[in-house]
This record gives sequence, C-alpha cells and structure tokens, in this order.
Amino acid sequence: MKNSRLIGFLPWLVVGLLALFPLVESTFYMQLLTKVLIMAIFAMSLDLLVGYTGLVSFGHAAYFGLAGYALALMAPKYETVSLWWSLPASIGVCALFALITGTLVLRTRGIYFIMVTLAFSQMLFFIFHDTKLGGGSDGIYIYAKPTMKLGEMELGSLEKLENFYWLVLLLTAGSYLLLRRILGSSFGRALLGIKVNEHRMRALGFPVFKYQLASFTLSGALAGLAGYMAAVQYGFVNPEILSWHQSGAVLMMVILGGMGTLYGSVIGAFAFVLLQEVLSNQAWFGIAAKHWQLAMGIFIMLVALYMPQGLAGLAQKFGRKPAEETSDE
Amino acid sequence: MNEPILRTKALTKRFGGLVAVSEVSLDLFVGEVHVVIGPNGAGKSTLTNLLSGDLPPTSGEVIFEGRNIAGCTSDHISRLGIGRSYQKTNIFLPFTVFENCRLAAQSRTPHALSVFRPAEGYAEINRLAEEAMAAAGLTHRAGRIAATLSHGEQRQLEIAMCLATQPRLLLLDEPLAGMGPHESQRMVELIKGLTADHAIMLIEHDMDAVFALAHRLTVMVNGEVLESGTPEEVRSSPAVQLAYLGGEELLHE
Repeated sequence: MKNSRLIGFLPWLVVGLLALFPLVESTFYMQLLTKVLIMAIFAMSLDLLVGYTGLVSFGHAAYFGLAGYALALMAPKYETVSLWWSLPASIGVCALFALITGTLVLRTRGIYFIMVTLAFSQMLFFIFHDTKLGGGSDGIYIYAKPTMKLGEMELGSLEKLENFYWLVLLLTAGSYLLLRRILGSSFGRALLGIKVNEHRMRALGFPVFKYQLASFTLSGALAGLAGYMAAVQYGFVNPEILSWHQSGAVLMMVILGGMGTLYGSVIGAFAFVLLQEVLSNQAWFGIAAKHWQLAMGIFIMLVALYMPQGLAGLAQKFGRKPAEETSDE
Repeated sequence: MNEPILRTKALTKRFGGLVAVSEVSLDLFVGEVHVVIGPNGAGKSTLTNLLSGDLPPTSGEVIFEGRNIAGCTSDHISRLGIGRSYQKTNIFLPFTVFENCRLAAQSRTPHALSVFRPAEGYAEINRLAEEAMAAAGLTHRAGRIAATLSHGEQRQLEIAMCLATQPRLLLLDEPLAGMGPHESQRMVELIKGLTADHAIMLIEHDMDAVFALAHRLTVMVNGEVLESGTPEEVRSSPAVQLAYLGGEELLHE
C-alpha cells in the first residue's frame, strides 16, 4: 500500500517543514505559528475527551489557564525559574485538579456534563478574577522565561523566539505521538468502546468510570502543558485564559478539524487561529474586522452542516479511497 | 443434584407502585438450560437485569457461587463470571467483528495494562477473541464491520462477545428475536453446544426452541413465578394452561 505509507510519512514531513520555519526570519509569523502549535496541543487534549471518550467538555480552559497561573505563582518575581521543575509541577497541578473535578463531573452525562464542566471553569475564573490571589482581573506578569539548564550549561534561551518555537514544536509532536500510542493501546480501545457504547462496556465488565477518569485526568494534564506554554509565550496570565470563550474556541477547533482523528485537532487549530488572524485584519476587512467572530461563527456553522467530519474528513475524502469492507466474501 | 451456581431468594423489583418482579426464587445449574417464558410485561427482562446488575433489586438475594451479588454493579458482576446478551442487539457497530470480541476478551485481563503497548499485542486476548468467534460461527466474518452484518449474524456476535468474557453463567435475553427459521436453528445448535460447561438462563418466545433446549422451565406472569419445573411438569400444569399457554395448540402437538 503505497498510499498508506505516504500518509504515515506525512506528519514527519509536516514537522520537518515546520522545524525549518525559523529560516524565514519573520517574528510575526513565528509567534503566530507558535500560538497555533500551542493551541494544537490544547485541541488534541480536548479531542481525547470529545472524540475518543465521548465526553463533551465545555470547561477545558480551566486546565489550560490553571497551568499558566501555576507558573505565574510559582515563578519568583524578578528571577528566572527552571523549566525542569516548573513545567511538571504546573502539569501536576492541572492533573490533580482534573482528577478532583473529574470524580464529580463524571457522574453526569450529556448536556449536564457540558453544564457542570462549564460551571467548574467559571468557578475558577471568578476565583482568579475576584480575589487578589492571581492579581485579580489584571492578572500577573511573568517577567522572565523559564530556563533550561543542564548542570551549568544553558541548553537554549527561551527568550530567543526560535528556541521557544522549536521547543513548542517538539512538544506538539511529542504530544501527538504520545496520544497516538495511548489510543492504540488496550486503554485507548476501551475509551473508544465507551464512546461508542458505554452501556455495553459496563456489561462486558469494564469499570467505565475509572477509564473515563483516567482519560479526563490525562486530558487535563495535557491542556496544562499547552496552558503553561501559552503563559510563557505571552509573558502574563489573566482570567481571560480561563474564560468560557477560551473553552468554546478550543471546542470549535476540535469540531472544525474533525473529532476523533487527533490530527484533525491540529488542522483545526491551524484553521481557527489563521482564520481569526485573517478575519480580524482591518486592512482587508475594514469595519467588519471588528466583528470577526460573526464571520467565524458562520464559517463554523457551514462546516458543521456540510462537513460533519470536519476538515480532517475532507482530507480523508481526497487522500483515500472509500472503505471497501462492505464487499468482502 | 449438585449445588446451583446461582440462586435467587425472594427477588423483588418495584418501580414505584408497580411490582415488576415479585418474590422470584429460582436455581440455575451448570449443564442446564433454564428457560423463562411468559407474556410481554411478565418481568422476564427485568429479572435478567436484576441478575446482571443492570438494575438493583428492591429486596431479595442473588447468590452467585456462594456470595450475595444483589446490588453489585454490572461491570463487577460481569467480572465475577456472569455474561449476558441483550434482547435488543447491543454491540459496537462501527468496530469489526474481531474488535468487538477482542474488546470483550480484554475485559478479563488485569486493569493495570501498559498504555503504550498496542492493543493487538496480547496473544491470550486474541486467542480468546478468536475462540469466541469460532464458537459462534463468525470466524469468516472477523474483518467485517459489525454494522454491515445481517441481523442474525449480529445476534451471533452478541453471543460471541458474551463468550469472549469467559462466563460460567450466561443470561440470554431472547437470542432468537427477529431471526428467520434457518438462523434460529443455527442459534439453537449454538446454545446446545454451550450447555455442557455453562449454566444458561434463556428468555425466549419461540416455543420450538424452548422445548428443544429447556431442562427446566419457569413460567412468569405479572412478575410472579406461576410454575417452575421440568418441561413436562410445566406442560401438564393446569395453572399454566389456564393462565398463560391457554391455547391448546401450544401444548398438544
């Protein structure tokens, strides 16, 4: 199968090309691409829940934002903090928060699950918005980027854009591979089974709740990775990163890209961030640029109506012949 | 007679004011097919749900291999060794036949599985899945997507998944529902073949199949056991003839 080998090779080609991007030497586009990749990790983490476990969370920004705040609160104000412990610690905080909230929200299903996940993220939003804990509505600045030292040697300063970009690219590729691996394991198959037919999984003897909780925790941890990187990139955190707009945006990326494909989330993140950039460009759209969300909303509605498989479905249509499993014998 | 593998004592399920299952006591033995018959709404499916843990009983006991499992969750009961099939086909439609069975077999392994090892890499699980497919006569369909199977084959898959979990007790809820005569015959043979090393509780409407398979027969009406015994005893019971089977045509062939 030449075709399938080509498809297997494609992600590496994309990563290779992206790795060469700093040669272009455009600060603006490198920052934009970094943002896209961070959102891709965030979207993949949500796809694990929505596309592979059948749980539609509308509060995923909570874990994204929490990691950013964890970094901001852990980092000394005018000194650098080491990536080696601040990243795992931030992810750990998110995983723990996901584990705790998960035990509660996973008692609900469907629309109630959506509402309860939203409620938890809103609680977190108001904790940071209305108390002095995280600087209130103004948020906190992170003055210095974390350092990556091996002994005394600095592996590469994250103050340099391309270093940060490469790190994020590495983490995006790593997250993708990790999730692929996990989803291909018995654990991943059980998650898919739960998504397709939760009742039967239970009847077959699977402790469904434990599997869902593991998935929810992993998803929260990965969202934390993305949130940490976003906080490093912007150099500050404020309650906006925890808001339901953010949860909605990442959900739209997953839907836009195509649920349950993983690479669809990456495509969705690209499409969403780039589209946002284009639609809000005042030079091109003038007064309409201010209302880019309107155009984005219409676009997403059209995708949902006419491409239920998302952009990934479109790619599959052209990339592969239709399945032939119905005509064996 | 040896010990029953499962015994219910005064098992009762109420839905508000409605008593769906009332004081049902029955014994199931390995090597026997215990058929439960009764008109629609008699409480047969509810009884199955009580035994499988899909519903918790209101009162009464379910003793499986010496322990009371009443009120246990369905996944727990499944892991103890009770497998069930559903009246309404309940399979993983988008998955292949093999994956349906593999997933069922996977449920038998310890849950601390490596999340990095590919799912197909467990020889023992694959073997169980293949044996289950072979037993249900589905080996030639292994690669097919379950949704594309005929109705009869989906019913067979339902049983195959059940078998892949290696149960000692099978609860089969109308496995012949909606099947043609040829498919029904095949299913009856399949169930016969399972009798030797399983205890089977079968709910069925098809009287030919009932009398072809039953070692014991329980008749339920309005949630209560009207009569229970060997097929001959039940046939000759005046209460049964009057209340349920009524029509002479069913009993006197």
